[in-house]
Amino acid sequence: MIPELGHLALIFACVVAIVLGTLPLLGAHRQRQDWIALARPCALVFALLVLASFAALSWAFLRDDFSVLYVAQNSNSLLPSMYRFGAVWGGHEGSLLLWVAMLALWMLAVSVFSGQLPEAFMARVLGVLGLVAAGFLIFVLFASNPFERLLPVPDNGRDLNPMLQDPGLVFHPPMLYMGYVGFSVAFAFAVAALLGGRFDASWARWTRPWTIAAWVSLTLGIAMGSRWAYYVLGWGGWWFWDPVENASFMPWLAGTALMHSLAVAEKRGTFRAWTVLLAITAFSLSLLGTFLVRSGVLSSVHAFATDPRRGLFILALLIFVVGGSLTLFAFRAGQIKKQGKVDFALVSRESFLLTNNVLLVVATATVLLGTLYPLAIDALSLGKLSVGPPYFNTVFVPVMMPLLLLMGIGPMVSWRQADLAALVPRLRWAALLSLVGGMSAPLLFGDWSPLTALGLVLAMWIIAGAGFQIWDRSRAGRPALGWWGMQIAHIGVAVFVVGVTMVKGFETEKDVRMAPGDTVSIADHSFRLVGVRERTGPNFTAVVGDVDVLRDGKVIDVLHPEKRVYFSSSNPMTDAAIRTGWMRDLYVSLGEPLDGSLDGAWSVRIYDKPFVSWIWIGCCLMGLGGLFAMSDRRYRSRRGAKDGSPVLEGALT
Amino acid sequence: MGWIAVGVLSLGVATAFTLKAFNSNLVFFITPTQVAAGEAPQARVFRVGGLVKSGSVDRSEMTVRFVITDTAKEVPVQYQGILPDLFREGKGVVAQGKLDGQGRFIASEVLAKHDENYMPPEASHALAQARNQAGTPPQPERTP
Repeated sequence: MIPELGHLALIFACVVAIVLGTLPLLGAHRQRQDWIALARPCALVFALLVLASFAALSWAFLRDDFSVLYVAQNSNSLLPSMYRFGAVWGGHEGSLLLWVAMLALWMLAVSVFSGQLPEAFMARVLGVLGLVAAGFLIFVLFASNPFERLLPVPDNGRDLNPMLQDPGLVFHPPMLYMGYVGFSVAFAFAVAALLGGRFDASWARWTRPWTIAAWVSLTLGIAMGSRWAYYVLGWGGWWFWDPVENASFMPWLAGTALMHSLAVAEKRGTFRAWTVLLAITAFSLSLLGTFLVRSGVLSSVHAFATDPRRGLFILALLIFVVGGSLTLFAFRAGQIKKQGKVDFALVSRESFLLTNNVLLVVATATVLLGTLYPLAIDALSLGKLSVGPPYFNTVFVPVMMPLLLLMGIGPMVSWRQADLAALVPRLRWAALLSLVGGMSAPLLFGDWSPLTALGLVLAMWIIAGAGFQIWDRSRAGRPALGWWGMQIAHIGVAVFVVGVTMVKGFETEKDVRMAPGDTVSIADHSFRLVGVRERTGPNFTAVVGDVDVLRDGKVIDVLHPEKRVYFSSSNPMTDAAIRTGWMRDLYVSLGEPLDGSLDGAWSVRIYDKPFVSWIWIGCCLMGLGGLFAMSDRRYRSRRGAKDGSPVLEGALT
Repeated sequence: MGWIAVGVLSLGVATAFTLKAFNSNLVFFITPTQVAAGEAPQARVFRVGGLVKSGSVDRSEMTVRFVITDTAKEVPVQYQGILPDLFREGKGVVAQGKLDGQGRFIASEVLAKHDENYMPPEASHALAQARNQAGTPPQPERTP
């Protein structure tokens, strides 16, 4: 009964979304107040219906209702309840429902927190979101209904893919989707502005906090996925340039560009057409990501059993959204340009941010090329191929270098026209400090190499620059939260760069044969395999290795890597054991028992990963910076709607 | 004008470098049948996929030997390291590496990182190719 109610709620939600996607938009066009007024209540009802439906599916999972096909495929009565909740989005149907549920949450947030927006604009924003929601709900209802029943009812479910049975499943997908879907808000603001023909500084100010919010979620979501891959797959890597990772990274890059161009649009009123285009691009890349991941065109852990109909539908939706919004943009772009004027010197904050945007867009394009090219070749039946990670590394790193270099100076450069000569003496110390520090630091850890030194110089340059600015500004008064957010996020990037550089430069990876009693040494640590024993978990049995970690002959830790076999599956799962620290992670995972060895030897993976946790700490700092930035007071002022563009006027005088 | 020229020039150089990096990192997929026919690149990394032949896995030391088959032809593979969890005899697999002088495939990477019910598209493609060539000739798909 409950699943049917969930299904019914979804059908009603679809109807409401269609109403929301048509009447308020028409109302705003024809200036009919009664239709405009429908937007908020419709959004509210839509959100409640979708969340009710989501709750119904969760209920089916928690109560082991195996008469629901999706539950039977993705759960099991032995599955711990935390994972049962995570299993709601552990398969194709549920993950799409999660997508729609996230959209519902964003719509709810927009209609609650944007009280200061003009009614007609609000109606357009919610209307556009309603159209997107309707598209996805039609897809869910016709091609991937999670509430489909199964007859006869099986005694037990097939169980969740063992690879997904991890706390990561509970947090990573919702966070990631919140980011993906969050760019729909910036998109809706952009389309609403195109429809209404209004692009002033207040438009940019309305859009900024929403964009930052989506960006924060996406940043944290990607970081969680990276961390999860690091410990669960047993390979110890944190980024593989896998198409699925790229699918989430492209909207992130475009979203980062959007965040920065919005700053120009708000403060100076230029870059408007470009900003609108970026907002459309960021969401289109989110949809492309959804298409790549959900259509099964990619071979990866994220691709579930494939149904070509599903891929086609998302592709059609993608073409509709991208094509529709770009057409609208083409018709209205001229009008936007008329409202803004280019008025900045070659050396100015504007040019720095323009360079930032160009570099980020180039980076997005290179990732896009490497991700889509194999698919295009395959679709044209010209053969099968893939693009190796070396391509991404060779191309991506040179694009990022100038970005990091400019990041250190950018925030100090004044708007409109800056005096570079006056900046140089102020930057002397930062430059000296980072050059000396960055060049010599690698010597402390091992061999000096130009790339390692370069990475550390750039990271120290950003930190020194940020430190200098913080010292400078906090003497002059109390900077706004947004300013602090920027500094924290930039320091986060530097911390991230340190992590990447150190791991790349100094990691040690050893795959070795180990019998009980054997000792292997890497990077001033020794690892002794004491023995291998068996353990039984709730829905698996495991072989556990006991590995002593020694330093200077003393045991400093005991690690317990596991090889699990889940009852529902014939395949083992590697569960790595990691000693996490500020300076290094020590990583041990069990391979396989070696055939025919009399002493019970195993193949064992032993890694030393210096500073690897800085990668995720850096991402968390970026997210924290974003949270600061979006809490800035000026986004909460209720004046915005009425008094035109105070910030813009202030900047011009 | 000068700035524009510099911009165009650097864009051109950047594009050239990008495409060069792109081109040298394309990894082609070759079926075991194609390897047997000598169609595999000699000095270049490529991918080969199919099924892990039952009974072919020898894992007594850190170097693992196994055979990839597309049911028509076979490729002997040698890999130094630890195989992924979902590597199983009789299941789909994709390996990346180079051929050595003796027709052995020296894999640098073995990919089998999927759901157990899931077949890497490259592997199923190789099986389908072999089936097409061995069995009944494919029906003419469209009339001219």
